[in-house]
Amino acid sequence: MEHTAVAEHHGGGTKEVIKVTIILSVLTVIELALGFAMMGMEQGSSLKLAIKGTIVILMLAKAFYIVGYFMHLKHEVKNLIMTIVVPLLLFVWFITAFLFEGNSFKHLKNTYDPYKKELSTKKAEKKEETKEIKTEEKKKAVE
Amino acid sequence: MSTTTTAVPEKLWSGGKSPFKVEYGKLMMWYFLMSDAFTFGAFLIAYGTTRFATNGWPNPNEVFKSYPFAGENSHAPLVFVSIMTFILIISSVTMVLAVQAGQQMNKNKVVINLILTILGGAAFLSCQAWEWTHLFHEGAWWGRNPFMNADGTQSTTGFTNFFFTITGFHGFHVFSGVIINIVMLIMTLTDKFEKRGHYLMIEKAGLYWHFVDLVWVFVFTCFYLI
Repeated sequence: MEHTAVAEHHGGGTKEVIKVTIILSVLTVIELALGFAMMGMEQGSSLKLAIKGTIVILMLAKAFYIVGYFMHLKHEVKNLIMTIVVPLLLFVWFITAFLFEGNSFKHLKNTYDPYKKELSTKKAEKKEETKEIKTEEKKKAVE
Repeated sequence: MSTTTTAVPEKLWSGGKSPFKVEYGKLMMWYFLMSDAFTFGAFLIAYGTTRFATNGWPNPNEVFKSYPFAGENSHAPLVFVSIMTFILIISSVTMVLAVQAGQQMNKNKVVINLILTILGGAAFLSCQAWEWTHLFHEGAWWGRNPFMNADGTQSTTGFTNFFFTITGFHGFHVFSGVIINIVMLIMTLTDKFEKRGHYLMIEKAGLYWHFVDLVWVFVFTCFYLI
C-alpha cells in the first residue's frame, strides 16, 4: 500500500531532468570561465576574492539543484525537507568559527614566532635541486 | 505537496500513516547521507582552517595543469578536471533517468541507464587514477609536497595531505557507488524488482550516487578553483 503512494508523488519528469542538466552545465561553465579569468590576477587582490566568493555562491546553487531535483528533496513532504536541511545549517557556524580560528592562529604565530615567519617568507630552493633530491629518494625507494 | 500538509496538520502525526511519506529505507538513506555530509564537511573545513592558518599556499593552476597523453611541459589548467566534472554530472543525469524508468516499471530503460551510470563512474575513477599517478610521479604524496607556494616560498605538506585524503575519500565513495550500481544492475537483470513489484531500491542507490556527485561539486570548487 505504502509503495504505491510513494511512487505517485514525483514531479517534473524527463523535462525537468533536461532543464536541471542544462542549468548545472551552464553553472559549471560559468565557474570554469571565472576560474580561467582568475589565473592572471595578483594573489590576494580584492577582485580575485570577489570572484572566489561568486564561485562559492555558484557552487551552492549547483548543490541546491542536485539535492532539490536529482535527489528529489524539493518534491518531498515539508517535514522531511526540514529534517534534512535544518541540521545542515550547523555548517554555517562551523565554517565561520573554524576559518576565523585558523586566521587568528596564523596571526598569532606570525606575531609571536618571528623565526617561523622568516622561514615561511624565504623563497624556495630552485626546482632542479629538489628534483635531484626526489630522484635520489626514488632510487632509494626502489632499492 | 505543501497544501496537503497545511490542510491536515494535526492528522499528520496522529499515527496510522507515514508522516514523511517515504518508505523506511529511503529515510534511512537520507540520514546516512546527512552523516556522510558532516564527515566530508569536517574534512573540507579542516582543509579550510589549515589553509587560513598557513602563510602562503600553492596555486592550483600550477599544480593541476596536465592531462593524459600530453607532454611533460603541458600547461592546461582546469581542462582535465572540467572533463571529470562533466562526466560525473552526466552520470548523475543517467541515474535520474534510471530512477524514473524504475517508477514506470520500464526494465529495459532501467538497464540501459544503469549501464551508462556505471560507465560514467568507471570513467571518473580512471581519470582520478591517472591524476593521482601523475601527481605521484611529480613527487607529490602524503607527507611530500614538491610544489611551491604561489608567492615562490617553500610550501608545507598540508596541501598534498588534504588533497589526497579528501579526493581519496571521495574516490572511495565513487568506487562503492559503482559497486552498488552493479549490484542494482544484476538485481534488475535477474528480475528481482519485477517480482517485488517496485524499483524502490534503485531510488536509494540513486540518492547515494547523487550525493557522490554533490560532494564532487564541493571538492572541485575547494581544491581546483579557489
